[in-house]
Amino acid sequence: MPSHTFVLNGRPVTVEAPDDMPLLWVLRDKLGVTGPKYGCGVGVCRACTSHLDGEEIQPCTVAVKDCADRRVTTIEGLADGDTLHPVQEAWLDCDVAQCGFCQPGQIMTAVALLRRNPAPTDADIDQIQNICRCGSYPRIREAIKRAAAMTAPGS
Amino acid sequence: MPPTGPGPTAEQPDAAEPRPTAEQLPAEADTGRRRFLTYLLAAPTLTIAARAGLDTVAPATARAAEAAPAAPAAAAPPAAPSQLLGLPGIPDIVDLGQALQVAGLPTAHLLVLEITTAGRAVLHLPRLEVGQGLTTTVAMMVAEELDARLSDVDVPLSDSRPDLLFNQLTGASNSVRTLYDPVRGAAAAARARLVTAAARRWSLPAETLRTADSAVTAPDGRRAGYGELAAEAATVVVPAVPATPKPPEQRRVIGRPTGRIDARDIVTGRAKYAGDLAVPGAVPTVVARPTTINGTLASLDASAARAMPGVLAVVTVPTGVAVLAETFDQALKARDALRTTWNPGPVAALSDPDIRGKLRAAHAPFLIPPLLTQYVDGEFDFAFVNHAPMEVLTAVADVRPNRAELWFAAQTPIVAQQTLAAELGLPQDAVTVHVVRGGGSFGRRLFYDAALEAARISRAAGRPVKLMWTRNDDMRHGRMRPASHHRVRATYGLGQVLSYEHRAATVMTDFGHGLGEALTAAGFQLSVAGLSLAQAFFLLSQSNPYNVGIPTQLLAEVPLKIPTGSWRSVYSGTVRVADEIMMDELARRLGQDPVAFRRARLREPAGRTVLDTVARAGSWGRAMPAGQAQGIGYHAENGGRAAYLVEIDATDPKQPRVTKAVIAADVGTVINPTGLEAQLTGALIDGISVILQAGNHIDRGAVREGSFGDFHYARQRHTPPVVEIHLLPPSGPPGGAGELGVPAASAAVANAYARATGTSPRSFPINF
Ligand code: FES
Ligand code: FES
Repeated sequence: MPSHTFVLNGRPVTVEAPDDMPLLWVLRDKLGVTGPKYGCGVGVCRACTSHLDGEEIQPCTVAVKDCADRRVTTIEGLADGDTLHPVQEAWLDCDVAQCGFCQPGQIMTAVALLRRNPAPTDADIDQIQNICRCGSYPRIREAIKRAAAMTAPGS
Repeated sequence: MPPTGPGPTAEQPDAAEPRPTAEQLPAEADTGRRRFLTYLLAAPTLTIAARAGLDTVAPATARAAEAAPAAPAAAAPPAAPSQLLGLPGIPDIVDLGQALQVAGLPTAHLLVLEITTAGRAVLHLPRLEVGQGLTTTVAMMVAEELDARLSDVDVPLSDSRPDLLFNQLTGASNSVRTLYDPVRGAAAAARARLVTAAARRWSLPAETLRTADSAVTAPDGRRAGYGELAAEAATVVVPAVPATPKPPEQRRVIGRPTGRIDARDIVTGRAKYAGDLAVPGAVPTVVARPTTINGTLASLDASAARAMPGVLAVVTVPTGVAVLAETFDQALKARDALRTTWNPGPVAALSDPDIRGKLRAAHAPFLIPPLLTQYVDGEFDFAFVNHAPMEVLTAVADVRPNRAELWFAAQTPIVAQQTLAAELGLPQDAVTVHVVRGGGSFGRRLFYDAALEAARISRAAGRPVKLMWTRNDDMRHGRMRPASHHRVRATYGLGQVLSYEHRAATVMTDFGHGLGEALTAAGFQLSVAGLSLAQAFFLLSQSNPYNVGIPTQLLAEVPLKIPTGSWRSVYSGTVRVADEIMMDELARRLGQDPVAFRRARLREPAGRTVLDTVARAGSWGRAMPAGQAQGIGYHAENGGRAAYLVEIDATDPKQPRVTKAVIAADVGTVINPTGLEAQLTGALIDGISVILQAGNHIDRGAVREGSFGDFHYARQRHTPPVVEIHLLPPSGPPGGAGELGVPAASAAVANAYARATGTSPRSFPINF
């Protein structure tokens, strides 16, 4: 079986897996990294959202071979030790989560959005595709704005 | 980490016996009838069991028992398939949540609070957390009455406990209402014993000691943490200070906006759901399912699938063909490689138009002919709606010849345990059900379909399995809110509504998850009363909050072999929405403003306050551009009431957007406003989804939708950028709030859409 080496949450890992195995199952079933959630397996719910070289991806639709020698970041790798990422802090401040299942994906999406666009408007936030079946959308919106304000230059 | 093993009562059955030192505590200030009974359990550290005083809701019991059998006497002419006349106002006397409170009373003393030597206060919760925030709410009640730091309280979910009989059912918005007294009683009793233990240690009068931040302090500054007092406090039989919960004015935790106790676990990805558990040996498992609902396997060739990499086993179960593999990816690929043919299921001949026809044919005729009066008729269709919790159904099962262990998000773990034991031919106590937090439910996890299937697969394969239903499995074979058809007729004259008849016909709702046993325990003699369980539920939950002459409500159920289940707010999600649309139409006929029209007819003063609040805060009646409008919806149930005022932009009727929502609610005493607001917001998003865009079609016995790609639950772009929530000042005991908002929100969206477009929507979702 082919082996694949990439950097996972700051540490190099090597895993044996068929080339076409989606990263989601490599993470969850082979590496025990369960932060990225399965919600559809076909790229529409975005519960699995993580980062590849800092860009948003849906690991259920990315083959492990395409991650070779790249940086994979999951929700588990977002905080710096015990210091949460500002987006995670904003999520706590706004008490966004209900069941919590979509939230790793929501947070990773928000982090990627704020990297591309440090001051997103409502219309920008409306572009987010992640489903929250509990309907936490208004607090997600509020938390993104809060995180943007927290990280804005001069704040 | 909170302990995950069984609670002390499960380990030491004799400890559950109340000692003869049961305290009967004085009445609380806000209700004269409330009593708190607590027991000290024999345990090495302080452990308290609590029950609610039987008289807390006893008057409701008596009236409920009288009320239910009264129904058939007034029943409508027998009409197929089954009919029920909902007597007006019965839910005002006793509603479903109260019925479950009553059912839980004989066992409520088995709620256990433990203070560990490490200083943790551990409340073993016989309920499921699915996002409704119950663990946080309960932790707040404990922290309040114990004077503990919230961060020192753990609320693990109890394994199934058959000793609880009916008191381990999470549903019908009953949890806070049922747990409010016993949880506070247990914590207050524990605090009194900790104070007494410190008084003994320091030889000081107990009443001179203070408690705060999980410690007892003396006037001289000495301080002892609860952990170090826990063993001594376990020997305090009679506390030296009152063990009464605080009067409301002394509260510091209850009523304060508080974030979830597990929020940090969630935002760091540490929160574990069933599929995240590392149960030794449990291998990824998926099931190939029939092409139509409840179809059966006709032929199978698994040779290619078995030869695929990573595949461990292929076994057949009644629901399909299970594939076990080293990873879910390999299991899914092997599932695709199975060569199967399927026999059509029992509804393979049916599509939506056929089902609608059956529903229309099931109605009883109206009682009041529109002879000499003016009248308005309305007919409404609501589609099937999948529950679609974000976490797909998942269950871990480890079935051995002489025992079985399961892990899943169970709303009804006792019934699940009993059913699993019967299925596996094991004694009930050889089956353990571990209750794991769920990623949403909305009623879906009342059923343990996946657990039963996982147990069968584990038995057939002879190894532990981690079964996951794919999204497609859950959408095509999962349960749904049943499709319904409603016929409403209101007669009016001289500016008044004279009569109001509502005929609801639904595809039969499956209540086979223990609710019936609970209602029977609460005094509802279903068989004597001649009611089906669905009818009893309808009777208990459906009430028209307005004075509209003579109201009658009838439920007709059409049994079809389509998997259904209670969907957040159950019948109210359709019945009350149709009612609220009719209220707008009646107001128009009578030339009255929809808010003023409702206000003049609302029976409860608290309801008028809620309505006034949204009207004022939402500037009801403000001028809106063409294509935009406001809409109003109101609902009362389970001891709470809510009004929603939404603004919609339906300039493009195919792409409407709710742009603003103002919500007001009065649910009695609010434990956690932050959690309550989350529930009210979630209900708003549900209302937007099911009214405007999310539903399921049936095409020749199969569900058309397969994922969130075509089941259009709202995304961020469909939600209002402005949401404003007003919680009315606490009054009375807590009501249930998890479902309350759905009917009011749905109705407000429907009414706003109608006003914005000048149409009368009759079929939901509107864009479907
Ligand atoms: S599981 Fe990856 S997008 Fe749904
Ligand atoms: S918090 Fe439950 S799905 Fe988003």
